[in-house]
Amino acid sequence: MPTKIEKDAVSGTLTTGHEWDGIKELNTPLPKWWLYVFYATIAFAAVWVVLYPALPIQGATGLTGWTARGAIEQEMAEHAERLEPRLAAIRDAAPQEILADPELRNFALAGGRVAFANNCAACHGAGGQGAQGGFPSLADDDWLWGGKLADIRQTIAHGIRNAEDEAARTTMMPRFLADGLLSAAQVNEVAEHVLSLSGRATDAAAARRGAAVFAENCSSCHGNDGRGSRELGAPDLADQIWLYGGDKAAVVQSVSYARAGVMPAWGGRLDPAVVNMLTVYVHSLGGGEPE
Amino acid sequence: MPEGGHAASLAAQTGAWRQDSYVDGPIRAMAVATLFWGVVGFLMGVLIASQLAFPLLNLDLEWTTFGRLRPVHTSAVIFAFGGNALIGTSLYVVQRTCRARLFGGEEMGWFLFAGYNFFIVMAALGYVLGVTQGKEYAEPEWYVDLWLTVVWVAYLVAFGGTILRREEPHIYVANWFYLAFIVTIAMLHIGNNLALPLPGHAKSYGLASGVQDAMIQWWYGHNAVGFFLTAGFLGMMYYFIPKQAERPVYSYRLSIIHFWSLIFLYIWAGPHHLHYTALPDWAQTLGMVFSVMLWMPSWGGMINGLMTLSGAWDKLRTDPGLRFSVTAVGFYGMSTFEGPVMSVKAVNSLSHYTDWTIGHVHSGAMGWVGFITFGAMYWLVPRLWGRTELYSNKLAAWHFWVATLGIVLYITAMWVSGIMQGLMWRSYDELGFLQYSFVETVAAMHPYYVIRMLGGVLYLSGALLMVYNLWRTVTARAEEAPLAPPLPAAAAVPAE
Ligand code: HEM
Ligand code: HEM
Repeated sequence: MPTKIEKDAVSGTLTTGHEWDGIKELNTPLPKWWLYVFYATIAFAAVWVVLYPALPIQGATGLTGWTARGAIEQEMAEHAERLEPRLAAIRDAAPQEILADPELRNFALAGGRVAFANNCAACHGAGGQGAQGGFPSLADDDWLWGGKLADIRQTIAHGIRNAEDEAARTTMMPRFLADGLLSAAQVNEVAEHVLSLSGRATDAAAARRGAAVFAENCSSCHGNDGRGSRELGAPDLADQIWLYGGDKAAVVQSVSYARAGVMPAWGGRLDPAVVNMLTVYVHSLGGGEPE
Repeated sequence: MPEGGHAASLAAQTGAWRQDSYVDGPIRAMAVATLFWGVVGFLMGVLIASQLAFPLLNLDLEWTTFGRLRPVHTSAVIFAFGGNALIGTSLYVVQRTCRARLFGGEEMGWFLFAGYNFFIVMAALGYVLGVTQGKEYAEPEWYVDLWLTVVWVAYLVAFGGTILRREEPHIYVANWFYLAFIVTIAMLHIGNNLALPLPGHAKSYGLASGVQDAMIQWWYGHNAVGFFLTAGFLGMMYYFIPKQAERPVYSYRLSIIHFWSLIFLYIWAGPHHLHYTALPDWAQTLGMVFSVMLWMPSWGGMINGLMTLSGAWDKLRTDPGLRFSVTAVGFYGMSTFEGPVMSVKAVNSLSHYTDWTIGHVHSGAMGWVGFITFGAMYWLVPRLWGRTELYSNKLAAWHFWVATLGIVLYITAMWVSGIMQGLMWRSYDELGFLQYSFVETVAAMHPYYVIRMLGGVLYLSGALLMVYNLWRTVTARAEEAPLAPPLPAAAAVPAE
C-alpha cells in the first residue's frame, strides 16, 4: 500500500498519506493551547495530590492535613457550638417555661417548625392539618389526648399504641362485631345512634334502639353524651370531626373492627430539646390549651 | 480461511472492493432496531419525567412505578438505542475501513443482532417484574448477564477478526475507539457482575460488599459513560463526520494523543461518583484529579470533530444530518467541561444528589449520544437501502430544531432546579436551623419537572419525524436511482 502524502488545498496542511474508504487525515500538529491546558491540568493534579490525601495508607493525609471526617466533625462542632447554649436551656426547661421566655419561645418555634416538617408532616400534613385515614389535625382544638403542653409532650415523646415505648398511650377500642360482642343488627343500630349525635341519623327507630346499645357498650369510654374522653383517648362522636370519615359505612367499620391507629415514640429518636421545641410548636398551631 | 476471507482475497485479486460483498443485512436490522428502541426509550423518558411531575401517573401498580420504569428508560436509551447504533455502525465502519468482509459473515451478523436484542428484551422484562441486581446501569440479573457475555465475546471476535483480515495496512482511528469500547465493556461487565446465583432463583448476591461493592459499581458506571457513551460514539464520529463533510480528519496526531490519554485517564475517574461517602479520602482525591485531567483528552475529540469541518462549513446549510453531528460534538464539549467541574469536591458537595447531575447526564446523552446517532442514521439509512437522498431535508431540519429546543428546555430546567435544590438543602436560618424541610424542596421542583417533561415531548416528537422521514426514504418508489455503490476513493485505491 503506497503512502501518498498530499497537500490539502483548503488548509495547506499535508496529509499522512493514508486513506480508508475515502477518508484521509491531515498531519496537523497538536493545537498549542490544547497541549498547554492539558499540561496545566496535570500540574494541578500533581499539586493537589500533595495537598490532599492521596495514598492508600491508613491515616496518611496531604500537606494541608485535611480529611473528610475531620472537616465534617469540625462543621458539626461549629454548628453545635452555635445552637447548644439555647438548646441546653430548652432541654432543661419545662415547656411552660419556654413559652414564657420570648427568646426561648422564638427559638423553639423556629426549631420546632423544621423538626415538624422533617418528622411529622408526612402523616399530619405540612401545616399540621391532618389527613383522612387516622391522622388527626393538630391545628384545631379537638384533641384526642389533650391539648395542654404536658399532654402534647407526652404524646410526642412516647407515641400511641406502638411496641417500642412502655409509656405509650395504649387504650384500645374493642372490635365489637369481629369479637362477637355485638351482632350486625346491633352494630347498625349503634351506628345510627352515633350519627344521630351529630343530627345525621337515617333511621330514627334504629337510632333509638342504638341508644341502649351505646349506653351499655360505648359510654364507658365515649361518655353518655358521646363527647369522648381525653383520659382514654376516646374521640368526641358528637362533633363533625372524623378521623376515618364520618359516613355510616366508616362508622360501621370502626365499631365492627376498631382502628387502633399508631404513632411512633419520638423520645428515643430525637434530642429531648427537639421534643420540647416540637411541643411548643404544635401547641402554637391553633389548638393549644392553657395550663 | 473462512468464506469471508475468500471473498476478501477475491476482491483483492480483482483489484477493487465490491460493495455488495460486505455483510449489510444485519446492519440494516440494527438500524431499524436503533430507531425502534430510540422511540421506546424516549417515550419511557417522557413517562418517568411525567411521573416525577405528577406522581399520580405511577398508577399505583407495581409494574408501572417510577422505580421499575426508570431502569427501562436508562437501558432502553443506552443499551438498546445506543447499543444497536454502536454495534450496527461499527460493523459497517470496520468492514469498509478495513476493506474486509465481516469475520463470521452473515451468520455472525445475524447472531449479534438477534442475541443482543434478546438480551435487551430479557433485561427489560426483568425490570418490570421486579427482578434486579439494584446496580445502576447493571440491573439485569445473572442469567441475563451470562447471555450478554456470550454475545459480547462473539462481537469482539467478529470485530477483531475483521480487523485482522484487513486489506488496509493501518487501522483507522474510528476502529481504535470501537475496539476500546468493546474490550473495556467486556472487562467492566464481567468485573461488576461477579455474583453467586441463589440456586434455582433469578436472584444473585455480588461477591463484593459495602464500600468495595460501591467502588466496583462506579468503576463500572463511570466507564460505561467513558467507553459506551463516549469512546464508542467517538468511533462513530470519526467515520461519519469526515464522510458527511467530505473533508480529511483535522489532525492525526491529535487523534493519537487524545485516544491514549482518554483511555488511560477515564478508567481511574470513577470515585467522583462517591464523593463524601464511606469511600476513603485518597480514592476520592484521585477520582477528582483524574477527572480534571480528562478535560483536554475529551476536548481533543471535540476539536478533531469540529475542525474536520474547516472548508466545509457551508454544508451545514444543506445537510441536516451533518448539523446533528456537529451539534452533537458541541454538546460533547459542553458536558465534558461540566463533568470535570462537577468532579471537583467543592462543586460536587452542591451538585451531588441533585437534578444538576440529571441535567449533565442529559446534555451528554440527548445532545451528544442522541445527536451523533441521528446524524449517522440520516447518512447511513439511505445508503444501506441504496437510496440517493433523504425523503425530506425539510423534515430533518424540523427534527433538528424541535429536538434542540427540547434539549435546551431539559437541561436549563435541570440546572435551575438542581442548583436551587442544592442551595435549599444547605441553607440555614439566622438561628441556625435548616431553612427548608426536604418536602419543601421537592415541592419547589415541580415547575421545572413540568418544563423537563415538555422538553422530553419535543425530543420524542423530533425522533418520530425522523422515523417517518427515514421510512419514506427507504420505501420511496423504485424508479429513483440507487446510490452509486462503489465510493470513488475505494475503487481508485489499489488493493496491494
Ligand atoms: C425524551 C427524552 C428524555 C427524557 C424526557 C428523559 C427523562 C429522564 C428522567 C425523568 C430521568 C430520571 C431522572 C431522576 O431520577 O431524577 C432520566 C434518567 C436518565 N436518562 Fe433520560 N430522558 C430522555 C432521554 C435520554 C437519552 C437519549 C439518554 C441516553 C442516551 C438518557 C439517559 C438517561 C440516564 C443515563 C439517566 C440516569 C441518570 C442518573 O441516574 O444520574 N435519557 N431520564
Ligand atoms: C470528562 C468527562 C466527564 C466527567 C469528568 C464527568 C464527571 C461526572 C460527575 C462528576 C458526575 C456526578 C457524579 C455525582 O455527583 O454523582 C457525573 C455524572 C454522570 N455523567 Fe458525567 N462526566 C463526563 C462526561 C460525561 C458524558 C460525555 C456523559 C454522557 C454521554 C456523561 C454521563 C454521566 C452520567 C450518566 C452521570 C450520572 C451517573 C449516575 O449517577 O447515575 N458524563 N459525571
